[in-house]
Amino acid sequence: MPLLETTQLTKDFGGLRAINSLGLHIDQGEIVSLIGPNGAGKTTFFNLITGLYPQNTGDIIFDGHNLKGMPPSSITKLGIARTFQTVRLFNNMTVLENVMVAQHSRTKSGVFGAILQTASFREEEEMIREKAKEVLSFFGSKLTGYRFDQPASMLSYANRRRLEIARAMATEAKLLLLDEPTAGMNPRETQDLAELIGKMRDEKGFTILFIEHDMRVVKGVSERVIVLDYGQLIAEGNYEHISQNDRVLEAYLGKKAENA
Amino acid sequence: MFNNVRLALKLGFYGGIIALFISVIGMVETFDQRNIINGVVSIGLGVLLINVLVIGYQTAARIGKGLVQPGENGKQTARARAIVIGNGSLAGAVVSSWLALLVLVESQINLRSVLINVSPELISLLTFGLETGAGALLLLFLGTLFGGLGAFTFSLPSRVRRPLVAGLMWLAFWGLLSGVIRTTLSEIGIPSVVAKLFVKIEGLTPLGAVIIFLLAIAINLGNQRWREPLIERITLLPPTRQRYFRFGTWALGIILLLALPWIVGRVTSDTLVLVGIYILMGFGLNIVVGKAGLLDLGYVAFFAVGAYSTAILTSADEISAIQISFWAALPIIVIITGIAGLLVGAPVLRMRGDYLAIVTLGFGEIARFIALSDWFKPWLGGAQGVINIPSVALGNFLIVGPQKLYYLILAFALFALFISRRLDKSRVGRAWEAMREDEDVAETMGVNTIYYKLLAFAMGAMIASLGGAVFAVKLSAIFPHSFNVEVSITALSLLIIGGIGSLPGVVVGAFALVGIPELLREFSEYRLLLYGAVLIIMMIVRPEGLVPSTRRARELHEDEAAQDDWLKSETERNIITPAEL
Repeated sequence: MPLLETTQLTKDFGGLRAINSLGLHIDQGEIVSLIGPNGAGKTTFFNLITGLYPQNTGDIIFDGHNLKGMPPSSITKLGIARTFQTVRLFNNMTVLENVMVAQHSRTKSGVFGAILQTASFREEEEMIREKAKEVLSFFGSKLTGYRFDQPASMLSYANRRRLEIARAMATEAKLLLLDEPTAGMNPRETQDLAELIGKMRDEKGFTILFIEHDMRVVKGVSERVIVLDYGQLIAEGNYEHISQNDRVLEAYLGKKAENA
Repeated sequence: MFNNVRLALKLGFYGGIIALFISVIGMVETFDQRNIINGVVSIGLGVLLINVLVIGYQTAARIGKGLVQPGENGKQTARARAIVIGNGSLAGAVVSSWLALLVLVESQINLRSVLINVSPELISLLTFGLETGAGALLLLFLGTLFGGLGAFTFSLPSRVRRPLVAGLMWLAFWGLLSGVIRTTLSEIGIPSVVAKLFVKIEGLTPLGAVIIFLLAIAINLGNQRWREPLIERITLLPPTRQRYFRFGTWALGIILLLALPWIVGRVTSDTLVLVGIYILMGFGLNIVVGKAGLLDLGYVAFFAVGAYSTAILTSADEISAIQISFWAALPIIVIITGIAGLLVGAPVLRMRGDYLAIVTLGFGEIARFIALSDWFKPWLGGAQGVINIPSVALGNFLIVGPQKLYYLILAFALFALFISRRLDKSRVGRAWEAMREDEDVAETMGVNTIYYKLLAFAMGAMIASLGGAVFAVKLSAIFPHSFNVEVSITALSLLIIGGIGSLPGVVVGAFALVGIPELLREFSEYRLLLYGAVLIIMMIVRPEGLVPSTRRARELHEDEAAQDDWLKSETERNIITPAEL
């Protein structure tokens, strides 16, 4: 059974059909990249899955649950976490706090626990902190040590991207949706991150779906590529397969003159 | 050179407008009834004087910033000082020229038909009782002199300037609040014959003024010299001894807090209770606005619900069928108000920012109109309100009068402080903060924003209800008109002035916005005007508030974060912090 499956998924913005009866599936433990020209509906697809937009028709089935009508926080609790195309951190909170917030749906202490400082509250708080440090250490020394207490806004661009990924990982999701994780990074950083994506699956067991424009990353990391255009699935398969596909070439490069 | 003169003219121009404005609206004359220092300067003239001094100082501060570099020789320093003082005097002259102009114009045209406060008394005040021409000239001369003095103060080395400025600020502050000193002296048993040497009913005596001035200087100098070494020595002590020190400081603070109403006397205690109510409201509103980022302009509604439920549950009035003790009613009051918080919160869940502010503003007014309406008159008393609210009894001890009521509000405020602090560093506090930063992202990170918004509204409401309860007991009768939009505005303003998200800021803000105007009865007429002025000045000069929370300061000065220490020390030098008071 696939981890995530969509059937006949459709989303309209006024007269514009951003996602057009899209049916695709992601299996447990896969690394899948989602590509397509600008405006193909990739980010809209992420927003639909995470519940930020309601779909018009169709179903999203995740891990046996239909996500229709669920608020984003419940979807996160079920096990989907994401990053954003434009980095959206809690800028005035510290690096550690950013990651601590993300464990919200895995923890449960409330107002009374906090006010009375019960044993279970303190235990949980300690656990959240340890877990946050552990997740951050996944990125080597880039986000650890003195950086724990730095506000997120003080980080370099690449580190902000990393922190956003760390925050998504800390939700203990099953499926991670990364929206252009390497955008704006230099080739070296891109290479590092591509390796990390592999490690996230191999060592931490995340299933990963990511939007990417850098074809070297797509080729290097993903086991399967899904290509969208005008909200429709136009091709899927391994990189070699889709790179030969006429419809994909057409979507990226335009129609050949004799066909037009 | 040219730039400097232009700056001096510009600042002088602004200062002059302020001086002219406060003169023609009658503030100077109203405040002339009382003195900062008896026989030397009245509050009215003092306000103008402070205006000129500040303009001179500011002119100097802006011009002087890059003028003298460290390591330059004395000659250049002297030249720089001359430039600074010259421009300060110029600015001062411009300020006073506006007033001189007012005097001259008034002698030709009868301004009083339009500006009713331009009375002969005001003019004679401004001309020091002299003829028009001579008075105007004297005014100009004094403006120049004090503008220059303000600039001169700036040009002094900081080890001299700081104590001097502190001394002047103390003098102005306690001169305004001389009434408090007077009652305090009599409360602690100083015979009135002796007390009269220092402070009289109209204001401080010159002797009292000198003592306060010297005291401030001594404290400031002591602070400069011994603070650091003392802290260092304490940190070098063994841990057990350190604990004694910490314990000692705490004990001292608590004793002071407990003794406060008996030191300052009955009248000031009454103000303290009112300030306490606003501190409590500030803590509550801080959860809603500061933590969760929900701009609530109708906070008075919860205050009203708290007060009304207290009244109805405990009053002996015929309106209320029930009459139970305050303590039995308290949990019910808190729960009722918490539910009111949910009721207000629920319809506005999907609104953000400005829309939320407008809708909550509406709810605040609705609460008042419900209380006022004939419909609910059988239960809420309509315009006549609810009377006969009994005092709170603690066993056989009756909490009556402001000095005892103070302890009730102190207990509630400490409780609210305790809750706020505990929630700060917790899962709940983090969820609120994340929501304030970016609602959508918080939601996708698993924070149920609907729940946390409602929680913030309910918690804020419950804390406000405690304030309402004390308010009802304090007045022993409540009327709808006590719960107007001004209460919401005040609560929000004190939060902004203290520094949003900062708990010490709430206390400072409440004293500044509620305490001082209450103690200075002359203020009451100009209260809203001063609120506005203070808010505008704060937003320009110090948007993060008087006692900012680190996070908020960071947010407002993000682009400055990377700048070097030199600039940082420079800004600190030019903004007078409350620590200097």
